[in-house]
Amino acid sequence: MFLLRILEGDRGGQAFMLALIATLVAIPVMASLPADHPLFISSYTVTLLGKYLTYALLAVAVDLVWGYLGILSLGHAAFFALGGYAMGMYLMRQIGDRGVYGNPELPDFMVFLNWQELPWFWFGMDQFWFAMLMVMAAPGLLAFVFGWFAFRSRVTGVYLSIITQALTFALMLAFFRNEMGFGGNNGLTDFKDILGFSLQSDATRMGLFIASGIALAVGYLACRAIVKSRLGKVAVAIRDAEDRTRFVGYKVENVKLAIFTFSAVLAGIAGALYVPQVGIINPSEFQPLNSIEVVVWVAMGGRATLYGAVIGALGVNYAKTWFTGALPDAWLFALGALFVFVTLLLPKGIAGLFRRKRGEA
Amino acid sequence: MKTLLTLILCLLLLPAHAAKVETGDATLDGAFADLLGSNFDKKEAALQTIAQSGHPKAFALIEGILDGRLRLHKKSKRLVWAERQGRQYLATDALSDEALGEFNKRKLKKISINNSMRRVIRALLATRALDSADAQQRLQAVQTMLDNPEPAHAELIEPRLANESDDAVKAAMSLVLALSNLGSDNEQDRLRAIDKVKGSLEPAVRQQLTRLAENDSSSAVQDAAARALRKIEDRVEVFGHIETLFFGLSLGSVLVLAAIGLAITFGVMGVINMAHGELIMLGAYTTYLIQQLMPEYAGVSLLLSIPAAFVVSGLVGIGIERGVIRFLYGRPLETLLATFGISLILQQLVRTLISPQNVPVSNPEFMSGFWQVNSVLSLTYNRMYIILFCLLVFAGLFLILKRTRLGLQVRAVSQNRAMARAMGVHSDRVDALTFGLGSGIAGVAGVALSQLTNVGPNLGQQYIVDSFMVVVFGGVGNLWGTLIGGVGLGIANKFMEPWAGAVMAKILILVIVILFIQKRPRGLFPQKGRAAEG
Repeated sequence: MFLLRILEGDRGGQAFMLALIATLVAIPVMASLPADHPLFISSYTVTLLGKYLTYALLAVAVDLVWGYLGILSLGHAAFFALGGYAMGMYLMRQIGDRGVYGNPELPDFMVFLNWQELPWFWFGMDQFWFAMLMVMAAPGLLAFVFGWFAFRSRVTGVYLSIITQALTFALMLAFFRNEMGFGGNNGLTDFKDILGFSLQSDATRMGLFIASGIALAVGYLACRAIVKSRLGKVAVAIRDAEDRTRFVGYKVENVKLAIFTFSAVLAGIAGALYVPQVGIINPSEFQPLNSIEVVVWVAMGGRATLYGAVIGALGVNYAKTWFTGALPDAWLFALGALFVFVTLLLPKGIAGLFRRKRGEA
Repeated sequence: MKTLLTLILCLLLLPAHAAKVETGDATLDGAFADLLGSNFDKKEAALQTIAQSGHPKAFALIEGILDGRLRLHKKSKRLVWAERQGRQYLATDALSDEALGEFNKRKLKKISINNSMRRVIRALLATRALDSADAQQRLQAVQTMLDNPEPAHAELIEPRLANESDDAVKAAMSLVLALSNLGSDNEQDRLRAIDKVKGSLEPAVRQQLTRLAENDSSSAVQDAAARALRKIEDRVEVFGHIETLFFGLSLGSVLVLAAIGLAITFGVMGVINMAHGELIMLGAYTTYLIQQLMPEYAGVSLLLSIPAAFVVSGLVGIGIERGVIRFLYGRPLETLLATFGISLILQQLVRTLISPQNVPVSNPEFMSGFWQVNSVLSLTYNRMYIILFCLLVFAGLFLILKRTRLGLQVRAVSQNRAMARAMGVHSDRVDALTFGLGSGIAGVAGVALSQLTNVGPNLGQQYIVDSFMVVVFGGVGNLWGTLIGGVGLGIANKFMEPWAGAVMAKILILVIVILFIQKRPRGLFPQKGRAAEG
């Protein structure tokens, strides 16, 4: 009942939820069909879909702050990557003595750098619950500290966008350094298993896919709940007229901080689910281009609709997979053109097209 | 006839020698025969013989022995210059300059020398330079002695010091003498020598003083040496700071150059142009293409590149403004996304049309080399040119904005568009021209950057974050702010590098700027008045 109330009036969201549930049921069935069946889905495709779902969750997180709060974050990939690194550290510790150097304590790259013991921030990462806590705490804390400074001093608009970009750029440079203790250039990779299940097995991959789907559904509902709540209404008010909202008596900083931090945590969870499916996390995940790509997914799908963000993330990433396979050189042309096209001609995104058809816009 | 006689004589008397070398000069033949032997005493003596032979090519030959280019062609017994050419050696007769063709390494015998001989050769060459008529060459010879101190130098210098006319050479000579006196047995001599060298920055002097300060037999000498050493170290440190400052200035100039176009488009017009970095890149590629057209004239092509890059980037900028940005005025976030898309397209365009790899851009003659201020401080010309160029570009832009009609209109439109239009300013045209100006300056920055860093499709991306930082740090809409902000960040970066490391310094700068913007969201020099609002 509660769920239905959250989705009330959100026709797109209802459709998306039904589609998501249907996919989560259908994919395992299709994967268990015999390999020559026309509807059979390979484990590779399952992992690819799982990756898309984590991107969709990241897009929902960005849409929450951009669509409903008016903060164009060009640094959400940083939160995504931090969550990913936390998961990567857990997976790294699970390798145990199966690494190339066979050291039971230290990951290979540390042995290679002649380190004698684990750095302090690696302690506890071999416990799943602690790593999961870090998946949320690391990006959440960064967003909280960053937001606390930025919102309090009323940095807004383009300035905020540029310093979020500087943030992720600085983190990228930092993570490239070997001395940081996160594997430097190569990042973390060569993962073996998660919670005792081998990452290579089809069943684990299916499990991760379903986990990503559930995370997306829960994340979506949580964002939807925020948007429908009083907090969400204030957020929209801030987006449209920040000064007026402040004069009316709301603590604008606190609202922004709360939603921004929550969004960062969501991005971190998406990153944590992304890493075991692609099998690697390295500093290039921090690069500013990634963050901006997420923004274009949201813009493409339709800002301030949440389900539009999902459509955009799936659509653009499907296109990316297709292009990089068929016409690798053309992908950046297509992506660049998409940026221009969407901002000039499709300001409300794909979701805007649906609405116009139904006369809602 | 005489030669023939000598030859026969040699054949008779020294069959081993005669079979070895045939140069057409009996003295040289004998000496080189000794040199090709295995007795090192004889070899050293042979060197002296050659030097005193008075043969016009004697010293060239000695130099060839030192750097190993002089070889003996075994078959014809001629001395040859050997130039490596792939796997073969190209041989030319050392005395007649006649080309002999290519030979395998084994056909050419090298003259083996040991360290003691190397010293003898250097001393011989130095003596020759010391007697040169050119003061510059004499100075260089003395300088070489300073860099590789030898006790034997004092004997070479002493008789020549009194006759020396050039002050610089004289000073260097007395320094060499003092340096050798530092090793004297007489305590008073050593003290006097310390007094003489105490203002010098030569590494050899510091090395000698350190030795004296640590283990001289006399405590007076030890003290004096330690004191002189401390003074010298202080001066070295000061020069170290000056060098860091210079590096900082040049890095700051690069930042200013990269950011100054942005100061126009972002600062004055309020347009977030994420393709700014790619406009810089286009400027760098223009330099490359013009250089491809005239590979022989690096200097001319570089000068030509400046206006060319301005036009190319400026036109592309006007195209971007007319095609995309003008539909998005007043929607900064959308502008940001659209121009980012354009930046991706431009990058991919360069990758597809030219090459995904970096392209080589050569530096013209006048940009390479350095100015040796003293032995611890040298300033490279290319950095000095960058600083100069940055100031020129800044001054030019400043004049355009403050002294021309276009500048007046630009300022009018940026301050109050409606009023400017009411006064008859074509605001559309001004927008396009302003954006073109900012983009053109970005292209000019690209020409400068092509001389400093790799030119590749990612060139622009490296500078975009920095450029925005500089503009925001300096204060939007303020050219002076950009200049001071850029130079300040550059200097701060270079001063942090020694203790933080290059990458960490960059990260720290980013963090500092981020924190600074929190404190002063409008930058170092905020715009005042109505323009500051909205």
